[in-house]
Amino acid sequence: MALLELRDLSKRFGGLQALDRVNLTVDDGMIASLIGPNGAGKTTLFNTLTGLYAPDEGEIEFQNRSLVGLKPDKITSAGISRTFQNIRLFSHMTVLENVLVGMHSHLHLRLTEIILRTKNCQLREEEARRRATELIELTGLAGREGEWAHQLSYGEQRRLEIARALAAQPKLLLLDEPTAGMNTTEAQSLMALFKQLIGSYVRAILLIEHNMRVVMGISHRVHVLDYGEKIAEGHPDEVRQDPRVIEAYLGQGAWVEHAQR
Amino acid sequence: MKGSVAPIGVLVYIVVSSVLAYLHPQSVLAFLLFESSLLLIYYLPAQPKMKFILGAMVLLVLLPILGFINAYYLEVAVQVGIYVALALGLNIVVGFVGLLNLGFVAFYAIGAYLWAIFGSPQANEFIAGGFFPLAPYWFFIFLVFSIVVGAMTGVLLGLPVLRLRGDYLAVVTLGFAEVVRALVNNLDKPINFTNGPKGISPIEKPPLFFQPALEFFGAQIAAAKLYPLYFYFLVLFLVLIIIFVTRQLEDSRIGRAWKAIRDDEIAAAAMGIPVVRMKLLGFAVGASFASAVGVLFAAKQVFINPESFTFMESIGVLAMVILGGMGSIPGAILGATGVTILNLQLLKGLSLWLNSVRQSGAVLSLPFLGSFALDQIPVQFEPAKYERMVFGLILIVMMIFRPQGILPPRQDKRN
Amino acid sequence: MDLALEILPQVLVDGIVLGFMYALIALGYTMVYGVLEFINFAHSEIFVLGAFVGVEILLFLQSAGQLATLNPAFVLLLIIVAGMVVSGFAAMALERVAYRPLQGSPRLVALISAIGASFFLQDGLRLFESLWRNTFYLTYPTVEILDRTVPLTASLVVPVKSILVVVTALIMLLGLYLFVNHTRVGTAIRAVAQDPDTASLMGVPVNRVIALTFFVGGAMGGLAGVLFGLHYSLVNPYSGFFPGLKAFTAAVLGGIGNIPGAMLGGMVLGLLEAMAGSYLSILTNGAFGAEYKDVFAFVVLILILIFRPRGLLGEKVREERG
Repeated sequence: MALLELRDLSKRFGGLQALDRVNLTVDDGMIASLIGPNGAGKTTLFNTLTGLYAPDEGEIEFQNRSLVGLKPDKITSAGISRTFQNIRLFSHMTVLENVLVGMHSHLHLRLTEIILRTKNCQLREEEARRRATELIELTGLAGREGEWAHQLSYGEQRRLEIARALAAQPKLLLLDEPTAGMNTTEAQSLMALFKQLIGSYVRAILLIEHNMRVVMGISHRVHVLDYGEKIAEGHPDEVRQDPRVIEAYLGQGAWVEHAQR
Repeated sequence: MKGSVAPIGVLVYIVVSSVLAYLHPQSVLAFLLFESSLLLIYYLPAQPKMKFILGAMVLLVLLPILGFINAYYLEVAVQVGIYVALALGLNIVVGFVGLLNLGFVAFYAIGAYLWAIFGSPQANEFIAGGFFPLAPYWFFIFLVFSIVVGAMTGVLLGLPVLRLRGDYLAVVTLGFAEVVRALVNNLDKPINFTNGPKGISPIEKPPLFFQPALEFFGAQIAAAKLYPLYFYFLVLFLVLIIIFVTRQLEDSRIGRAWKAIRDDEIAAAAMGIPVVRMKLLGFAVGASFASAVGVLFAAKQVFINPESFTFMESIGVLAMVILGGMGSIPGAILGATGVTILNLQLLKGLSLWLNSVRQSGAVLSLPFLGSFALDQIPVQFEPAKYERMVFGLILIVMMIFRPQGILPPRQDKRN
Repeated sequence: MDLALEILPQVLVDGIVLGFMYALIALGYTMVYGVLEFINFAHSEIFVLGAFVGVEILLFLQSAGQLATLNPAFVLLLIIVAGMVVSGFAAMALERVAYRPLQGSPRLVALISAIGASFFLQDGLRLFESLWRNTFYLTYPTVEILDRTVPLTASLVVPVKSILVVVTALIMLLGLYLFVNHTRVGTAIRAVAQDPDTASLMGVPVNRVIALTFFVGGAMGGLAGVLFGLHYSLVNPYSGFFPGLKAFTAAVLGGIGNIPGAMLGGMVLGLLEAMAGSYLSILTNGAFGAEYKDVFAFVVLILILIFRPRGLLGEKVREERG
C-alpha cells in the first residue's frame, strides 16, 4: 500500500527549477533512499514535503490525504517527521528535553490541567519521559539524558535528532543524510537501527544519503534525482548499473568505483 | 555540623539586619541589608524546607512588622512586588519565547485603567445610571476579569505582529504601546472614557473584609495603617501565584515548546509545535500577568494617569529582565528587585544627599582642578530623575559583558 | 470642504518641510540598516544632538554679543557644519562603543544595546545641560532673517526657515546620492550593504566602511537636528524620540536599506502626517483630531509591516530559510 505518493511535484526558486515534476512513491514497510549529486533537489524535496516550501505544482498524498498547503506542524501531526541535513537540535536544552519536544503533538493536555498539575497531567508527563528514555536508549544514548545537546559528539547529535524525530510517532520518517560525517562502524550501527525501526516504530523510512554503502545496504528502493528531475528508480542493484545515473555522477570517482564493484 | 553553620549564620544576619532596620527607620542602608537577607536565603546551601521557612519568616513576619512601624518599607515592598510581577510576565515573552516586546507596559495600563474606570465615578461619564464606582469587592472580580482582558489583548496584538522578524516585532510593539497611551491620553472626547491627561481618581480600594475578624481579637487598627499591609500581602500573594503558574508552564510541553521556538523556530515547527499558537499563548500569558497587576496598582495608587505608562516603564521592565537573566524566574525577581530598589532608594538617597551637600555650603578642593563651591551644584541636577541613564547603562553593559544576565536560567535540575 | 481646500496649500507646505526633515533622519536609519541589518535605535539621539550643538553655538554667539553682528549666512553655515560633524563623530563613537563589541551576537542583542544607548544618551544630554546651563529645555535664539516670510501665492506665505530646510535638505540629499553612487567610497558602502563577506574578500575594509556609514548617516541626522531646532525653536533631550521613530517608519515605508526609499518615505510620511494633523478631525467629525497625529505614524508602520514589509521601493523580503 502506498503510504506516500508524490505526483508531478514541482518547485521553482526564481530562475532555478529545483524540483521538476517529481514522481515518487513510498510503500508501507519500505526503506527508500533518495540519492543524487549535490544540488539535485533532495533536501528541497524534503522541505516541500514537510511544508517548509509550498509546491508550485503537483500533489503530495499521504495516506490518501493531500498535504499540500499544510503548515509544517500539521504535517508532523499527520505522521511525517524528519531530521535535518545541518543538525538542528535545540542547543539550550538537554538530551531528554529535546526528545520530549518531539512528543509535543502527542501530549494532549489542557492549559488548566497543566497549570493545576492534575493527576492526568502528571501521568502523561511520566509516560512521556518513559517513552523518551526508551527512544534515547534505542538510539544508543542511554544515560546521557541530562547532558546538554551541544555537548554531544557529532555522531551522537545525529542520533539524538533521530530519537527526537521518532518521539513524534511518525508513520513516515524522513532522514536527511543521517550518516554524514560518520565512520563505517557508526554508519553500520545506524543501518541496523533503521532496519529495527521498520514495523515497530515507523511504517516507512525515506532517506537522503551520499554514503552508497548505506544506500545499497538497506534500501528496498532507490530514487535518483538530478537537476530537480527524477532520472531513475528501482532496486539498488538496478540503479547502480543505470547508465543515466552513472552519467549524472560522472566525474565523482568514488561513485564510479562503487558502481564497478 | 557543617550543614548547620550556614543557616545559623543567615538567621543571625536576618535578626541583626531587621533590628538595625527597626532602630534606624530613616536609614536606606539598614533596609537594604534587611532586604538582601532574601538573597542570602536564596543562595543558602540548605534544604528547600529550611529556605522556605527562613523566607516565610522574613516575608510574612519580619517585613510586615517592620512595615507596620514604618509604612515606607511596605511602600517599597509593594513597588518591588509590582515590578517583580511585571518582570515575570515579560520574562515569559522575552525570556521563554524569545520575542522582544518593547510595549509591555500597554497591558499594565489596560489592567489599571480597567479598574480605574469602573472602580471610580469615571464610568458614569458614559454609562448612565450612577452605578459607579462599583462596590469595593468588585476589585477581586476585576482582578480575575483583567486576566481575561489582558490575555485577549495579547492575542489581538499578537495575531498581526507575530510573524514579523525580531527587530520589526520590537518596534511594532513599541508603536502599539504608544498608540494605547495616546488613546488613553485622548479618549476624554468625544466620550470621556479615560479622562485624558487629568487621570482618574479616586479609585476604590479592595474591602477590608478581615477587619471584623481583627476587631474580634481586640485589635483596633485604623484603616490607614491596615491598607499598606493589605496591599503588601495582596502583591505577595499575586506574585506567588504568578511564580507558581510560570513554573508549571515552564515544566510542561508548553514551556518546552517555547524554549524550542526560541532556539530554532523551524525545527520546532518540524517537531509538530504549532508555532504561532504557542507564541500567542506566550504573549497572552505575559499580558494577563501585567493586566492583573495593573488592577492592583490602580487600587493602591487611588489615582492614575497616562504618565505612569510610558515607554520608559516598558524599558525599565526590560532592563530588569535582562539584568536578572532572560528566561529565569529567580533572575526576573532579582532584576526587578535590584532595579526598583536602585531607583527608589539609591537614586533618591543620592538626590537627598546631594541636596544636603548643596545646603551645607561646603567647598570641595580637588588637586589640579581647583575648588568648587558645593552650593553651586545646579539645582536641575537631580539624580532621582536619571532613571533612563540607569536603564540604558544596564542594557548596554549587560549586552556587552553578560547577556545571559546575573542569574541565567538554571539548567535542568531533575531528570 | 471649502475649508479643506483652503488650507490645502499650507498643509502641503508643512508636509513638505516635515517630509524633508524625516527624509534626512531616515537616511541615518536606512544606511545603517543597509550595511548591518540593524536598527540604530539611538539615531534619534544623534539627531537631537545636532539640535543641541546648534543651540549651544547660537547661545554662545549671543552671549558674546556676536549674534546680531555676524552675517546670518555665515552663522547658519557654521551651525550646520558643526552639527553635522559632531553628530557624525558621535554616531561613529556610538558604533565603536555600543555596537561593534556585539558584532557576532544575535541581532536582538545589538538592538537591546541600541535601546540602552538611546536612553543613556537622552539622560546624558540632560546631565550635560543641567550642569552646564542649569536647564535642559533650550530655546534657539532668533536669527532674524529666518522668521521673515516669503509670499508664494496670494494667500500662502512661507517662512524663510522653511525654505532653508527644503533647500539645505535638497542639496544634501543630492550630494549624498552622488556620493553613494558615483564615488569609490560610496561604492564600497553599497558593496558592504549587499554582501559584506565578499566585499571584504575584495579588499574592502568592512569595519572602516561601517564606521563611515555611521558617520554619514549621523551627519544627516545632525543636519536634520539643526534644521529642526531652527524651525521649531524648542529642544530638549527627549525631543528626538518621536521624530526618530517617525523617521524610522519613513525608512521602512520607503524600503529599509534603500536610500532613495528613505527620501521617498520621508516625503510621503511628512505629507500624510501634515494632512492627518489638519484633516483628521474634519474626516472623523471631531472624534479623532490632530492630537492623534503623533501615533498616526505608528499606525502606518504597523500597516506597512503587515501588508508590505518591503516598503515602496524595497526588494522582496526573503523568507528566513533553514
